[in-house]
Amino acid sequence: MLPEICLGLVIAGITAYAVLGGADFGAGFWDLTAGGARRGGRVRGMVQQSMGPVWEANHVWLIFVLVLMWTCFPTAFGSIFSTLYVPLLIVVVGIILRGTAFALRGQAATIGEARFIGALFASSSVLVPFCLGSCLGAIASGRVPVGNAAGDPISSWLSPTGVLVGGLAVITGAYLAAVYMAGDSVRAGLPDLARAFRARALIAGSVAGVVAIGGLVVLHDDARSLFDGLTSGGGLVFVIASALAGIATLALVWVQRFELARFSAAAAVACVTVGWAFAQSPYLLPDRLTLDQAAAPNATLAATLIGVGAGLVVLIPSLYLLYSLTLRGRLDQEFEPLDQRFQPLPGSGSTEGGT
Amino acid sequence: MDVLVLAAGHVSSALGESTQEHLLAARHTQALSFIFHIPLVCFGIAFPAMVLFTEGLWLRSGDPVYKTIAKRWSKVMLILFAVGVVSGTILSFEFGLLWPNFTATFGSVFGLGFTLEGFSFFIEAIFIAIYVYGWDRLSPRRHFLCGIPIVITGLTGSMFVISVNAWMNHPTGFDLVGGHVTNVHPWAALFNSQLPFELTHMYFAGYMVAGFLVAAVYARAWLRGDRSRYNRAALIIPLTFAALVTPAQLIVGDWAARTVTKDQPLKLAAFEGLPKTESGAPFHIGGIYEDGEVKHGIEIPDLLSILADHDPNGTVKGLNIAPPDDRPPINVTRLSFQTMVFVGTGLALITVAYLFTWWRRRRLPRSRWFFRAVVLAGPLSLLALICGWVTTEVGRQPWIVYEVMRTEQAVTDAGGLPVIFFSLLAVYLSLLGAVIWLLRRLARSSPEAAAEPQGAES
Ligand code: HDD
Ligand code: HEM
Ligand code: HEM
Repeated sequence: MLPEICLGLVIAGITAYAVLGGADFGAGFWDLTAGGARRGGRVRGMVQQSMGPVWEANHVWLIFVLVLMWTCFPTAFGSIFSTLYVPLLIVVVGIILRGTAFALRGQAATIGEARFIGALFASSSVLVPFCLGSCLGAIASGRVPVGNAAGDPISSWLSPTGVLVGGLAVITGAYLAAVYMAGDSVRAGLPDLARAFRARALIAGSVAGVVAIGGLVVLHDDARSLFDGLTSGGGLVFVIASALAGIATLALVWVQRFELARFSAAAAVACVTVGWAFAQSPYLLPDRLTLDQAAAPNATLAATLIGVGAGLVVLIPSLYLLYSLTLRGRLDQEFEPLDQRFQPLPGSGSTEGGT
Repeated sequence: MDVLVLAAGHVSSALGESTQEHLLAARHTQALSFIFHIPLVCFGIAFPAMVLFTEGLWLRSGDPVYKTIAKRWSKVMLILFAVGVVSGTILSFEFGLLWPNFTATFGSVFGLGFTLEGFSFFIEAIFIAIYVYGWDRLSPRRHFLCGIPIVITGLTGSMFVISVNAWMNHPTGFDLVGGHVTNVHPWAALFNSQLPFELTHMYFAGYMVAGFLVAAVYARAWLRGDRSRYNRAALIIPLTFAALVTPAQLIVGDWAARTVTKDQPLKLAAFEGLPKTESGAPFHIGGIYEDGEVKHGIEIPDLLSILADHDPNGTVKGLNIAPPDDRPPINVTRLSFQTMVFVGTGLALITVAYLFTWWRRRRLPRSRWFFRAVVLAGPLSLLALICGWVTTEVGRQPWIVYEVMRTEQAVTDAGGLPVIFFSLLAVYLSLLGAVIWLLRRLARSSPEAAAEPQGAES
């Protein structure tokens, strides 16, 4: 029982990261595709505004997952990290560039600087979720054997399943971000941006749906046992639930109920991760290492659960405080299109906000 | 429950033995990432308390200068925190990317500390966001209260990570049976006996580094003629924080040295380069360890015995207690230890001068040399910090888990480690450049401008 509970925590962490961190990456995706400096200025301003207060907190979920993995399932962790070192190294570099670029961009003094930093930010926002997703794909398709770098460093993740899951991670993040930012735009009283993000959400949501369904064909050929797991039993239930939640979200976005759409979009993602866990059970590394074989001794699992329980007691009220302040707009920065910061103020020769 | 000494070095790695030829590249990558992370950590530990103290001064006196300072510092704090998060995430990845066999074999023993640390950072991240984005939006009282969790989590966060490092130096909380890790007691591993001094030493170091570095910025401005109230307050606050812990740090350092004598005698021998077990062992200042002895150093008789044992005739174990293969690199350990101790002593002298003047005259020392010394103290305290860690980590070699697992057993079998090292080096150098660029830009904006609420600035 203890291993299952701990796995549940890992899955919850991955879900939270996919939903919250994924949306952060997605915001970067829209930044990348926003167009030239002038045309994209408003979209970029919104990206900056809605990410500001929460992004560090969102990324702690990733750390939470890593730490739980190496504490509760140490052999699996070691095997995964030593085999998948190439995509994980790209993730590392991407995270550094992205975090720095984001922190710096608020301080850029010219549009040229802002664009250079922005390009770094945006391109790593696409690279990181792709590589993380492809790692999940490598694990799910049984390409990570137990051992010290025992798997193939390239073909394990640049496999059909890896590329599929990586692509899905990018699109899903973009979708979530568009939904969230549409809601943020409404709150900020910027109907034109709300329309722009609504359109983006509808497009990205449809693409995500099509890729997910088409992806089943890929899995059928490339990762048969995963496919079987997803199309039967508990796996199937969650796949269907996810599809329903996805459709509900599209409908909610269509009728502009963005706040509700936030939650159904998150539910759609959660159902995929949970369904994946069901599809793989009883394996942690498919066909090679079962959950029970991988689990740390009970003393460790119990201690971890106590620690997590105690942590949650403090964390949940804190998170509640953060999100309620954010959603009520108490921490909002003022909206400022990114290109306008660099335009001369009427009547003065100086530049605004360049300090 | 203690490690079976007989089994020393005979743990069998969970993923099988490693055959990595680039162990050195892995170690350098690890060291590089730490050297980047650890200065930021100091700001995570100590800066919130300074900012909050300054905000408290504002709340009590209503003097807007304090608010301006606190607000500007809090922006810097947020940026440093963000970079700290990034570099810390890298470290977490490296536990798997570089040392998968270490985590696979011992993750169940030491992992608990990191789990708790995760929560601590989570809460820190949340309240830093509320605090920094909440200026002028929350009531002053609530705003101040939101700062308190940041100070507390700075302490707990570092405590949990340090406990892992302390455990690597003094492993407890499991048994080795036939090379396998069994009978795991994660709580015992977490609260090991090395933790109290390591935590205190690092916590104080955090206050020293953050305090002296911030003070250095304003001391430089003072030397260039800025005598504003703003500059004076922004100099005195961090300097006082640093000055209060620095003398105490020497006492904690002594506590550290004596614990090392007891638990890791070989490491202590490496601090001095003491070839043979000896009573009344000397200490050499400077010099270099060659062919089994320290050459060209200034010998001070009995000092090592006094340091290790508080007794001039005390017996100190020498390097001869272990075969050469089990000894750490002597010169690196020795040089870093000496640098730490000398810098620490020097800094203590500066702070004593400062505290004395303050106590007797209620003012800053007037000499320009004092301000020059403060400017230097910033980078020097950072140097002491890094040297301290190099002492600890290199002095632990060849073990990753002291006398249980060798570093070469822990390393990954993945290819391309030198490539990883050089690409991370390039990335870190550009990151460093970016941070300096940013801090300079923040420093250049005038205090008056920063005093005004400027919504869109981060
Ligand atoms: C500003 C920083 C600073 C200063 C002034 C000092 N130290 Fe230190 N020292 C550290 C910062 C540090 C550190 C970086 O924080 C370390 C690394 C691991 C640890 O626990 O603290 C450390 C480790 C460390 C160790 C090794 C512990 C181990 O291997 O587990 C010893 C024996 C000392 N110190 C002793 C001293 C003495 C005798 C000092 C004074 C004169 C001193 N330190 C000043
Ligand atoms: C193996 C070593 C280490 C790992 C894996 C590690 C990991 C991390 C991670 C993941 C973060 C980001 C947390 C967040 O998102 O808020 C972080 C930040 C931090 N770490 Fe480390 N760390 C290590 C070493 C240390 C050491 C030696 C200390 C202290 C003594 C320390 C103290 C901190 C603090 C206080 C922060 C908060 C961020 C800041 O204020 O800069 N860490 N670390
Ligand atoms: C508290 C947290 C820390 C933990 C858990 C930790 C853990 C590790 C690990 C796993 C290694 C690799 C294995 C080995 O070489 O033995 C290592 C090496 C190293 N670490 Fe730490 N470390 C911590 C803090 C630090 C800090 C703050 C620094 C400093 C600047 C540092 C400097 C180094 C160096 C220089 C090495 C390489 C040793 C060598 O090549 O000889 N460590 N550490």
